[in-house]
Amino acid sequence: MELRKTGVAGTMESGDIMVTIEPRDQGGIAIALSSSVLQQYGRQIKAVITETLEGLGVTDAAVTAVDKGALDCTVRARVSAAAYRAAESKDYSWR
Amino acid sequence: MEKRYVKDRLRRSMMFVPGNNPGMISDARIYGADSIMLDLEDSVAFTEKDTARLLVHNALKTIDFGKKEVVVRINDLASGLGVEDLEAIIPAGVHVVRLPKTDSAQDVIDCEREIARIEQKNGIPVGSVGMMAAIESANGVLNAREIATASDRLIGVALGAEDYVTDLKTTRADGIELLFARCMILNAARAAGIAALDTVFSNVNDDEGFLAEATLIKKLGFDGKSVINPRQIAPLHKCLQPSQKDLDKAYAVMDAIAEAQARGSGVASLKGKMIDRPVVIRAQRLIALAEADDPVEEE
Amino acid sequence: MVELEKIPHLDEISHHGVFQGVRPKNTATFRQRTVAHNKLMPSLEEAIRRTGLKDGMTISFHHHFRNGDHVLNMVVDTLARMGYKNLTLAASSLAAVHAPLIEHIKAGVITHIETSGLRGELAEQVSRGLMDCPVVFRSHGGRAAAISSGDLHIDVAFLGAPSCDPYGNANGYSRDDDDSIACGSLGYARTDAKYADNVIVITSNVVNYPNAPWAIPEDDVDYIVKVDDIGDPKGIMSGATRYTKNPKELLIAETAANVIEAAGYLYDGFSMQMGSGGASLAAARFLREKMLAQHIHCRFALGGITGQIAAMHEEGLIDRILDVQSFDVDAALSLKKNHFHHQISASYYASPLASAAVDQLDFVILSALEIDTDFNVNVLTGSDGVIRGAIGGHPDTAEGASLSVVVGPLTRGRIPTIIDHVNTVVTPGATVDVVVTDQGVAVNPNRPEVAQKLKKAGIRVYTIQQLKAKAEALVGKPDPIRYLDRIVGVVMYRDNTILDVIRQIDETEA
Repeated sequence: MELRKTGVAGTMESGDIMVTIEPRDQGGIAIALSSSVLQQYGRQIKAVITETLEGLGVTDAAVTAVDKGALDCTVRARVSAAAYRAAESKDYSWR
Repeated sequence: MEKRYVKDRLRRSMMFVPGNNPGMISDARIYGADSIMLDLEDSVAFTEKDTARLLVHNALKTIDFGKKEVVVRINDLASGLGVEDLEAIIPAGVHVVRLPKTDSAQDVIDCEREIARIEQKNGIPVGSVGMMAAIESANGVLNAREIATASDRLIGVALGAEDYVTDLKTTRADGIELLFARCMILNAARAAGIAALDTVFSNVNDDEGFLAEATLIKKLGFDGKSVINPRQIAPLHKCLQPSQKDLDKAYAVMDAIAEAQARGSGVASLKGKMIDRPVVIRAQRLIALAEADDPVEEE
Repeated sequence: MVELEKIPHLDEISHHGVFQGVRPKNTATFRQRTVAHNKLMPSLEEAIRRTGLKDGMTISFHHHFRNGDHVLNMVVDTLARMGYKNLTLAASSLAAVHAPLIEHIKAGVITHIETSGLRGELAEQVSRGLMDCPVVFRSHGGRAAAISSGDLHIDVAFLGAPSCDPYGNANGYSRDDDDSIACGSLGYARTDAKYADNVIVITSNVVNYPNAPWAIPEDDVDYIVKVDDIGDPKGIMSGATRYTKNPKELLIAETAANVIEAAGYLYDGFSMQMGSGGASLAAARFLREKMLAQHIHCRFALGGITGQIAAMHEEGLIDRILDVQSFDVDAALSLKKNHFHHQISASYYASPLASAAVDQLDFVILSALEIDTDFNVNVLTGSDGVIRGAIGGHPDTAEGASLSVVVGPLTRGRIPTIIDHVNTVVTPGATVDVVVTDQGVAVNPNRPEVAQKLKKAGIRVYTIQQLKAKAEALVGKPDPIRYLDRIVGVVMYRDNTILDVIRQIDETEA
């Protein structure tokens, strides 16, 4: 999936995560994460972000995420939504 | 074939959960509702349909809802959003699709065709996913009977009162404005052998009003009601709970039946009166209701 | 004429010699006398000088003004200006408003702190290693015991009071004017006033003698300073506490009420305490419904008191209120107008050296930040290891009450409440009987009879390990918080033994 513009998804409400994805030409996936649970879950949240983007075929992206205690499934949903928006794609691969 | 839904089960409460609110989705199972309805329709802004779809999709795949029935309310097909909703939720494991704004049997048939197509595409046995139809217009009410029998997948019909009263050129009041619709929907459901579910009571601070409405729909014969606030669940279940007197009678009926069977007799009687079949059915239903109330899931 | 030598056994009679006449009669009006001779000082500085306060001594404060307190900062600013160094600050608790202490700590004015809790920027900085000497944390009962036994010796107590007469009768409200600042009970200040070597009352409202009824009697007070501003009424008193509308907290509260009933502690004449926090306070609402339905009443409610408890008293459901701290404006008003709403000192409330009121509790409902599989509870440090709370009466009531019920959501956002080891032990698990979450109830294995009763009443009882597993299934297993070796806080148990330590957090990137 090719990113064309900045995509944002999610909210700042408790239990959610606000994800901003910007295209990058190279350099892989860079993640700037701020979280109220950084020490305990920062590692896992970053892993889910990377894994979700890789699953969508995104190899280079600048991700800014503001986490408010989101569960993994929410992180996955918000990262996917931001990526689809950044790619201006509606070609969802539901499975 | 393994169906994801059970046609005949307890449906006293169906709790509405906004489909774009992760906190509420992950908490939904703790309040003891019989069914959880994740909403992609009215509670989701038009600009957030894509994010809500992805959130509900991922939630269905990951969150353990225990033994609860998991329903998703999709957008109606005419909006152009409904098919993508179905694409997102069917492979993710939804039990029952709630179709809003059902005006005719054709609406049900159209939706079922899409469901079947998506089931097939994903290698899911056709017929796995259940449906329920929400009736929200004068047309829908008048077509209730045809709607209720339009598909074998239907587990029930529900009244959606907000749109309906607008269509009728009235507003929500003491309940008299909904009497005809409720009776139509209830009779259509019973004739079709499926569940009848009442509309939401939206003033969450009016405990008395809520209880009065719950009492009314119990008298009419509804299975249950949609709720928008978890605080309404316990009072609703309590209201639908049979009285101890009725329950004692029901147990006495079932004891008499068991005793008759032990004697090898097909005819049971209680206090000198023969027990009719409807009496047995009512007794069974009361006991099921009474024994169902269990806010904490079995592990 | 008395002839002393004629009195038999005179050496066995205590006396000061023969009567020599009386002092000249004071004919001034009572009003004139109170102006001429009283304990009012022209300035705070003068009062401090008269106490003989020296570098290295201990000063104390109460926290009845909560986050609206202006007294503590004003006093410590004054002490700094006067050149004092190396003081120990022993407050009954500290709030976010006390962040200016940070500068006084850096300047060496304050070198040690003893308190029940820390919040805000001061707490953050202490957790990051602001102080060389660890902060000592005590429960309200533990502090009262340490003060009365001399383990915590107070040289000068600076006690803010919403009203005080010229001789030192001080109170948390005023009967002379209804629009003065009010904090309700001055319970924690009473213990300081009784045991401190010197007591300075700081008030914005000097009323005529006698300021009866009083929280602090004049014989415990040495000096009085009148100032314009003791605090911000909005920060001192929150408005009426409303029952939470959060459905999860209501679910927990209702379950807690059911647990208490099932365990057999809801009977005619029972006693109770509700801790602060939405779910524990809301339990009162469900207990009230049960009391009305069963026609039973409560003999006394103890502790931090809210308007809901006061309302149940006025309704006739609670006979007596023992109030060590009034949580809201309705509780303060009730203390003022209801004869059987009685204010008590910290010692009376919870000191392990006294026969304290906590020892008469049937049950207490307490909140928790973390609970571990040994039932230990943390209410002091947050999930990131930073200090952000207060011990309060948690361990006092948990030990005293026949049934201690700790309530909390199974997870807060992504943070599990039930974990393997709490970051800081504040209340030992041996004193915690039942844990109530939104997703199940666990009973301490040392109370098998309680578990039996709950099961009999149809309440499903999980093991604490099962609840922990449920939380983990939902949010995943957290990585541990990283600490440095340096100890920044010491937690004392009620008996002044060291229960746990708090370490500096490690903020280097993992």
